[in-house]
Amino acid sequence: MASASPAIMESGTASSDEAQAAARQPAVEIAHLSKTYGALTAVDDVSFSVAEGEIFGILGPNGAGKTTTVECAIGLRSPDAGTIRLLGLDPLTQRDDVREVVGVQLQSGALPDKLKVREILDMYRSFYTEPADVGELIKVLGLTEKLGDYYKALSGGQRQRLSVALALIGNPKIAVLDEMTTGLDPQARRDTWDLIRGVRDRGVTIVLVTHFMEEAERLCDRVALIDSGRLVALDIPARLAAQARGGKQVRFVPSDRFDDRLLTSLPEVSAVQHDGQHVVVNGSGDLVNAVILQLAAAGITARDVELVSLNLEDAFVKLTGRHATEGAMS
Amino acid sequence: MISLALRLPSASRRAAFAKIVRNEARLAWRRPVGLIAGVAIPVLLMVIFGEISAFQQPSAILGGITLFDVYVPILAVFAIAMIALLGLPVPLASYRELGVLRRLSTTPVPRSWLLAAQGVLQLGIALTALAVIFGVSIAAFGAQAPVSSGGLVLSIALSAAGLFPIGLMVAAVARTANAASVVGRLAFFPLIFFAGLWLPRNLMPTLLRDISNYTPLGAAVQAIQSSMLNGFPPAAPLQVMAGYAVVFAFLARRFFRWE
Repeated sequence: MASASPAIMESGTASSDEAQAAARQPAVEIAHLSKTYGALTAVDDVSFSVAEGEIFGILGPNGAGKTTTVECAIGLRSPDAGTIRLLGLDPLTQRDDVREVVGVQLQSGALPDKLKVREILDMYRSFYTEPADVGELIKVLGLTEKLGDYYKALSGGQRQRLSVALALIGNPKIAVLDEMTTGLDPQARRDTWDLIRGVRDRGVTIVLVTHFMEEAERLCDRVALIDSGRLVALDIPARLAAQARGGKQVRFVPSDRFDDRLLTSLPEVSAVQHDGQHVVVNGSGDLVNAVILQLAAAGITARDVELVSLNLEDAFVKLTGRHATEGAMS
Repeated sequence: MISLALRLPSASRRAAFAKIVRNEARLAWRRPVGLIAGVAIPVLLMVIFGEISAFQQPSAILGGITLFDVYVPILAVFAIAMIALLGLPVPLASYRELGVLRRLSTTPVPRSWLLAAQGVLQLGIALTALAVIFGVSIAAFGAQAPVSSGGLVLSIALSAAGLFPIGLMVAAVARTANAASVVGRLAFFPLIFFAGLWLPRNLMPTLLRDISNYTPLGAAVQAIQSSMLNGFPPAAPLQVMAGYAVVFAFLARRFFRWE
């Protein structure tokens, strides 16, 4: 459990981004999307919209329906129900127009081993009417040195970055990135985040599928939490975390034993639990002061006082009842 | 479902297709399994057979032609079959396995272009192999020039039209590139047996030759040999090849899986 969540500190900027975004035309609009495979309901009545210039996260455990949602959104699968609009275009009937403005990086998409990076980029570039400046793109992605290398010789991180490059090579207005940083080391992951922020700053809308909490928390303006095909929550990361917290949590070690009712009688306190010698108090408002004053009045002092801020990971666990990475194990 | 209408102007569209073909050619050159099996081996066999003097003696059992004359058409269909059954399906199955086709379907270019590019490339390789086999066997090893060039061209076109869809079926039934390679070989060996690689058709017992007449490679050898030595081929082998072309084109269309 993290203390001082970075999401809290960013909440101010996120809200203003949100207000700004709401004023513009939505880049992605999904309404009542459903998709079943036989008896399995992969996506169940999911609706959300993504504003232009937003970094939108789709978060959920493996098998939650994130990828199916995205594949329907870009027209790779036809949904059983619901409507999808990308910049006002229907990906099923206006495929060609959509492909020009939407860049996609799929979760599983390797390339032939024996092609060189330059040859791959040169070919994909030729597919678009107004391709991006490849030289600049690969410079930002740190692939300039690798132009003459075979795909086979690239590391996992380099392949992933090439994949991101191919998603951006057509100069898209919307970039859909599925598990973009899976398999990257922490430094490469941070570099990729910077790149994505840079791309967004150029006006590209980013839809990011991830099961990394930290990624969603650091990078996304808003996050849709999907579990078992359903949209469980949709908010800015900080507010999602707050939603899970339902207030605050204080941990401390008391100088003496006391009756729990001493604290539960306080309006600020919602629950009191014991964790070894620690007391864990959940509540809201000016929780720390209220608890410490009440204890002092009873002649008890508290040491090792800790205010725990619940983060998105906690929100996830609370809203779905499991950890985001759990599915990956099974 | 697959739309071919692109926003790219037609010149850029041709350029994009050319780039796909070019990269496919690079891949074929850099992992030359198909080139070795489909070009190098039949050409090498042709040279070896051409050097064996016994192969150059007109033979009474063969009806007065040489064994080399018998083998040139067999090696020609060897080349077409290897390219169609191995060269074409293995890369396609691998692209499906790797997700290359999926990635392509997220771009403005339809994934069917990759299939078309493979078709163009493999056809080009097959024509190269045939040009070398016929050209060198005639120029350097004294094989007969074709009596009916039109018949030869038609026979080759029909046999390719039958074998390429069979190759697509190989890519359809095989889940992976490795499986495609195994299935392609499994299909190749009985077919090339009936073409007469081990026992030329002229020497086959009647029953075996009758069966051979109805196999794609048997019919192809019959038609090519006839064009080389006698004249325009009889209708029967041409009809057999056309039949395979129609049936397998339908089956390949029906069963080919993109994912």
